Amino acid sequence: MASAERIGIRSDRDILLARQRGRELGRSVGFVATDLTLIATAISELARNIVLYAREGVIELRVVTEDSHRGLVIVARDHGPGIVDVNRAMQDGYSTSGGLGLGLPGVKRLMDGFEIHSRAGRGTTVQIAKWLRT
Amino acid sequence: MVTRGTLQQPAVGATGTESAIALLRELVAHLRQNRTQLREEWARRITEAELLTAMTKEEIFAEATSVYDNYVEALETGTFEALQSYSRNLSERIIPRGVETHEVVGIVLLLRDVLARSLFAKYQGDFTKLNRILDAYEPAANRIANTVAVGFVQERERIIREQQEAIRELSTPVLQVRERLLILPIIGVIDPQRARQLTEQLLRGIRTNRAKVVVIDITGVAAMDAAVANHLVQTVDASRLLGATVIVTGLSPEIAQTLVTIGVDLGKMTTVGDLQGGIEEAERLLGYKVLPLVESPVEA
Amino acid sequence: MDVPVLKQGPFLIATVQSALTDADLAQMRRLLIEQVGKFRSRGVIVDVTAVDVLDSYACRTLRDIAHMTGFRGAATVIVGIHPELAFTMVQLGLSLEGVATALDLEEGLAYLNARTRPTIARGNSPRNSAGPPRNGTHTRGKR
Repeated sequence: MASAERIGIRSDRDILLARQRGRELGRSVGFVATDLTLIATAISELARNIVLYAREGVIELRVVTEDSHRGLVIVARDHGPGIVDVNRAMQDGYSTSGGLGLGLPGVKRLMDGFEIHSRAGRGTTVQIAKWLRT
Repeated sequence: MVTRGTLQQPAVGATGTESAIALLRELVAHLRQNRTQLREEWARRITEAELLTAMTKEEIFAEATSVYDNYVEALETGTFEALQSYSRNLSERIIPRGVETHEVVGIVLLLRDVLARSLFAKYQGDFTKLNRILDAYEPAANRIANTVAVGFVQERERIIREQQEAIRELSTPVLQVRERLLILPIIGVIDPQRARQLTEQLLRGIRTNRAKVVVIDITGVAAMDAAVANHLVQTVDASRLLGATVIVTGLSPEIAQTLVTIGVDLGKMTTVGDLQGGIEEAERLLGYKVLPLVESPVEA
Repeated sequence: MDVPVLKQGPFLIATVQSALTDADLAQMRRLLIEQVGKFRSRGVIVDVTAVDVLDSYACRTLRDIAHMTGFRGAATVIVGIHPELAFTMVQLGLSLEGVATALDLEEGLAYLNARTRPTIARGNSPRNSAGPPRNGTHTRGKR
């Protein structure tokens, strides 16, 4: 299996595809069932944000090895409206579209690494990582 | 022996490679020829340096022989799989006896030194040849040393992980006390990793035992901070998603005080003073009624 | 992909077979609410045993189903959530508060049976009090 993948996200079907690919790639790295579920769910949340707020974007999946640690890095990238107040978006309960929040704090809790870059009018990039527990 | 490269290969590279191969072959032949003497020399140096003190002289000599042969084979074939698996195997045997990482690194470096010295002795008349032999020997020897040391460290880490896992499993037993009733007594310090493991184990237990009520007893937990309290709340919520009710017992006054101070919402949780009270509450939820045998009415 | 909905006496059972798109989830919600009215169902079971991810959208849909069917007089119970899913959901902060959950289909049916049993003779508390325990040293009532 390739150690990197790129999935275009345009519709809710692509959300399923992205999380399925994430699960497969994660399995090839050796993640346990719980971690695979955490990974697939995090991808689902990020991909849905793309569909809901930016309409289209990409999810990139990459197997990485740093020192002796192996892991999966996931990047969600779009050129949508961006997030005006990233700090507020990282607070639990924050929402811009009637009740359904961005779920970013939740995604952060699921993963080991979380980075977000966003500029209003330019788009958003969220990079998350899960490391194999050694 | 140096041969010229063929048309398919760049002449310079091929010559270089082939001459290196030839030199290695010569080297291997030398090491084979002097196997007995070099091996003894190495074992003697090991004892002298007070390495592998946990092992007897005979054991050291036996292991030295195997390492030596594997070493020469790795030099000859350029493949490290056999050596890798041997060093893992060796580590597995010697780690329980208390052999330390520096000892393993030490003996491999000693072997490297013993062999290099024998090469100096053999080629001392031909300085150019000696240099070329060392050029061929060095990278291979370094890689071998690396393989053995890394193999040892990895094996050590694996054993430590296994032990940690075993200790954790032991420290969070999920017990079934009645049909559909589980008890999880938690003792000691809870860190995030243990909290996760504990939750996963409990959730699996709920599923396999088809539990409807779980009593988590934290009498043995000395202290609890906000992070751990949140893990506890998560465990309760996750159990409920599987259809099980959680009762928490044994909250010490200190912990209760801490939780109130840091503002943890325990409102969603059923708490009962002690384990016995918790089990009674669980039985009530499950519809059990415990009666003394003498007073028990005749079975219907 | 459509979710099959089975009518079983007074209950509806929706079995989610595989990963659903958002549109599929919305369709399932519509269908269930419509059928609750049509069959005058007293309870709904959504079986998610085959589901590998329940993200915020799916959880919101499940909650909507529970609330909407509730308004129409039917109790909803979600059954078959896997341990890994439960673990993930609570970390995301999705604990389906206010929604009934049970281990599997059997437990879900038992829950609905206890909940929706005619309770005229026994007063108004159908939950957790499914009749007095039978005699015996250890007796267990049906929940």
